[in-house]
Amino acid sequence: MIIAERKPVEEIMHMVSSAERILVLGCRGCVSVCSAGGEREVEILASLIRLGKQKEGKKAEVLEGSLVRQCDKEYIDSIDIWEGKYDAIVSMACGVGVNFIANLRPATVVYPGVNTSFFGGSAEQGVWAEQCAGCGNCILHHTGGLCPVARCAKSLMNGPCGGSQDGKCEIHSEVPCVWQLIHDRLARLDRKKDMLEVAPIRDWRPAGHGGPRKVKRDDLSV
Amino acid sequence: MSDFIPNIHAFCCHYTSQQMCNEGQEELSREGFPENVVINRMVCTGKVQVSNLLKAFEEGADGVYVVGCPEDKCHNLMGSQRAAKRVGAIKKALAELSVEPERIEMFHLERGFHPEFVSVAQEMDKRLRKLGLSPFKGEQS
Ligand code: SF4
Ligand code: SF4
Repeated sequence: MIIAERKPVEEIMHMVSSAERILVLGCRGCVSVCSAGGEREVEILASLIRLGKQKEGKKAEVLEGSLVRQCDKEYIDSIDIWEGKYDAIVSMACGVGVNFIANLRPATVVYPGVNTSFFGGSAEQGVWAEQCAGCGNCILHHTGGLCPVARCAKSLMNGPCGGSQDGKCEIHSEVPCVWQLIHDRLARLDRKKDMLEVAPIRDWRPAGHGGPRKVKRDDLSV
Repeated sequence: MSDFIPNIHAFCCHYTSQQMCNEGQEELSREGFPENVVINRMVCTGKVQVSNLLKAFEEGADGVYVVGCPEDKCHNLMGSQRAAKRVGAIKKALAELSVEPERIEMFHLERGFHPEFVSVAQEMDKRLRKLGLSPFKGEQS
């Protein structure tokens, strides 16, 4: 899922400094699962904005709402129920949600309430770790299912850099060297020789280096 | 010292607030429990949500504190540890709003009858008298 984290309150207060009626809008998708922008977090941020406004001695009305998702036009349409009741939206969805509101509502002021961090999963309670960088050309079949693009500090494609110590990455000593993990895993699966195959130089265009990306499915488009 | 009387909200679990249930508010006051502390009893402090604590500030509290079981002896195992983390999250948010984080506190007390139940209330009362009126109570323009 997409992992996000609430922005510092002072940054959000700065964004909404001139708004008097604010809609804090959560998303029940990924950000709800990673406890960054679901209904509970909307309640907390709305409270903090009210308190921040009270402290500044400013009047403010802060509404709370949440959508099933903010990355689909049909759900964005349901913002209509708050029509005329807000000057600005603070979206607690990932950046996709904020973009969708901005795309579809030309006259609506929308601010991001969270920092969209990465694609990852829960490593332990309260900790999330990056697993995939959305590179557009997945090579996990060569690496035992472990991603060197997202999980190697140097995104190396042909084995470790040689700097790891005790299985930890030389760049981040608390992170396992993913190439050590790949090696150990391939050995366990009796596929160690896969590591001898040389990965060709990569074309990074599908990873976003060639501008904004799009997936188009003819079978699904009308 | 000024004659400012802070409005304090305490969130206490069933176990640490037994004294109050048994003796009643009057007896507690006789023992020195400040009358300006409003006690919210809950089954377990693990139930207290960040939003409950923030609401207390919204409703006019100058200070808020939570009393739960000792960290390693919570009746519900992790309840008071969870509460402590949530109090920590609010301290951080208060600091981001340039408000004194000391306006909220977590205390871990033994269950049952203990003078500490009164003394932590006194401690918060003293602390908040010094800090003064909540900055959230500014005049609105
Ligand atoms: S190789 Fe690319 S698509 Fe596959 S997991 Fe890694 S970043 Fe994601
Ligand atoms: S130590 Fe391992 S994970 Fe770290 S940069 Fe080198 S190869 Fe990548």
